Amino acid sequence: MNKKNQKTEWPLWEVFYQPKDGKPFEHAGSVHAPDAEMALQNARDTYARRNEGIAFWVVPSDQIVASTPEDVGPFFDPANDKPYRHPQFYSVPRAVKKRK
Amino acid sequence: MDTQQQLDEFQKRIDNGETIEPKDWMPERYRKQLIRMMSQHAHSEIVGMLPEGNWITRAPSLKRKMVLLAKVQDEAGHGLYLYSATETLGAERRELVEDYLYGNAKYSSIFNYPTLTYADICVIGWLVDGAAIVNQTMLAKSSYGPYARANLRICKEESFHKKQGYEMLAKMADGTPEQQRMAQDAVNRWWWPTLMMFGPHDSDSPNSAELIKWAVKTKTNDELRQHFVDRMVMEAEAIGISLPDPNLKYNEETGHWDFGDIPWDEFWSVVKGDGPMNRERMRARRKAYEDGEWVREAAMEYARKKKLREGKAS
Amino acid sequence: MSTLDTIPKTKQESLVEVLLRLGDDRLIHGHRLSEWAGHGPELEEDLALANVALDMIGHASSLYSYAAKLEGKQDEDHYAYFRDDIDFKNIAMLELPRVDFAFTIAKQFLFSAFSYFLYRDLIDTVEDEQFNGMLQKHFKEIKYHLRHSREWVLRLGDGTEESKKRIQSAFNDLWMYTGELFDQDDTEKAAISHNLYVDVTSFKEEWMKLVKETLEEATLDVPDNDQYMFSGARGGRHTEHLGHLLAEMQFLRRSYPDAEWK
Ligand SMILES: [Fe+2]
Ligand SMILES: [Fe+2]
Repeated sequence: MNKKNQKTEWPLWEVFYQPKDGKPFEHAGSVHAPDAEMALQNARDTYARRNEGIAFWVVPSDQIVASTPEDVGPFFDPANDKPYRHPQFYSVPRAVKKRK
Repeated sequence: MDTQQQLDEFQKRIDNGETIEPKDWMPERYRKQLIRMMSQHAHSEIVGMLPEGNWITRAPSLKRKMVLLAKVQDEAGHGLYLYSATETLGAERRELVEDYLYGNAKYSSIFNYPTLTYADICVIGWLVDGAAIVNQTMLAKSSYGPYARANLRICKEESFHKKQGYEMLAKMADGTPEQQRMAQDAVNRWWWPTLMMFGPHDSDSPNSAELIKWAVKTKTNDELRQHFVDRMVMEAEAIGISLPDPNLKYNEETGHWDFGDIPWDEFWSVVKGDGPMNRERMRARRKAYEDGEWVREAAMEYARKKKLREGKAS
Repeated sequence: MSTLDTIPKTKQESLVEVLLRLGDDRLIHGHRLSEWAGHGPELEEDLALANVALDMIGHASSLYSYAAKLEGKQDEDHYAYFRDDIDFKNIAMLELPRVDFAFTIAKQFLFSAFSYFLYRDLIDTVEDEQFNGMLQKHFKEIKYHLRHSREWVLRLGDGTEESKKRIQSAFNDLWMYTGELFDQDDTEKAAISHNLYVDVTSFKEEWMKLVKETLEEATLDVPDNDQYMFSGARGGRHTEHLGHLLAEMQFLRRSYPDAEWK
């Protein structure tokens, strides 16, 4: 047995699934697969065993670009001083609230 | 080397209840401990397919056959989630797998016991998955994000595992004399090994304190075990099954059930490889891995050729 | 209706017969696939094989349930656990031992392709509502089984030298069991007259074309049709393998038939 044979480690893919029609895609997890078609099939077989998703995206994991913790400050702070962007900024009349 | 300042800041984050994500700074030792613990958890899910897989083709009704197959399949899924989570720490699945197949990595000793009758399948669902739920519910709050999320997903699936086992065991315990005999015999064999699943006593568990300090775990082995025993005593009684421990007694003072001495000699000998099924389990897993090599290779080769063809075409 | 060589007379007898033929194919196929659980070539494929097995056993279970209702038997388990090998109507290919992954994939592909055309045409033909509803539901899953196995045939055929050798020899070994797929007997003719089955020979060419094109794309040789073809399993004359399969599958249930096992 030839150990550490890198040739046969299938690449890693990130799986995103759409829980319901019209909903945004969410990260489900990852799978190993030799190519895109198999990655899609593996995503289905792994992450839709209980009908969790109706559609899938698969993306090679090494193609994901993520922000680093160091980015946290400059990247995300600007919105902090724009409270008017957040719905909680606005009060809703009591009568409207009640109807919900 | 990690500096004291880094370590202090990290500890502060942990103590604040923050979640650590893959790209965050973490002590080398935290990473190492996680890789060890998470991959061990993953290996256990995979080896755990074997004892139950042993009864899929013999399950006594079509319903039970499907339930069992779906459960064993779920365990493959659990292994997959856990390997993926471990890979976020920079390890590769293949390396991890080869570490237990050919190296020193461990998996849960519970799977080194044989499934002799169909009642074993029910008891595994009830006791072994029951114990796994106790453990994994805690781990779903682990400080390492990917591990916590993997466990959360696992927990959602696990409750079906326990329910199906408990339900069928209840039927057997209430069934024909032959079924009752099988059910009680299976419980007698699995009870003590299940208690060992939580690991050695806190005093003999060198990793425990560190894992708790880092909030990878939030409860000690003995705390989890006690929680489990308290629950199972009730559940056993509810279906008329007795637990094979003459020292089991309710303690008014502590509000918990006291139990007898766990046969630790057996535990350590199974951990070291001398259990009834260690060699067979490893043989079966190695065979699957080695027999699969040409399949994995073929798929990669096809992908390579296809890419080449597409490159030429464009 | 499960005696050897008896041709169904009434419409209901025909319906039961068809339900059991489809059900037996699926149960036996699912059983063999389920043997892979924990032994697959990669985790992802372990999950995939189990999914197909679960679909197959699930299809069998609902087909049997309907037959049980029609015949007044207790439930679906009657057909799985309390019939002998001469009562089983599955085609022989599906009872063969699993050998290796290539053999499983080749078998899966040949059978899925057959099921694809069969179900497609049955859906247009069958008037019985409950039966047709099942067919439509199962057809969706069959399409996926076909896609999955076809993609694997391509990968194994056009993969490495070893994979090519293995999948080629799997197709060669399986070929003598493909004739039976298109053997039409009097039982089927009776069912056709009640709009409960279709003439399988009517899609034989389409099946052949799909198989041929896939094998060619996979750089494989299509085995020679001009060879000995096994037949008779639909009428209860099986290979030696089915007896062993059933011995394993049925032993516990038959040992304690009065016990509750559901
Ligand atoms: Fe699990
Ligand atoms: Fe489980």
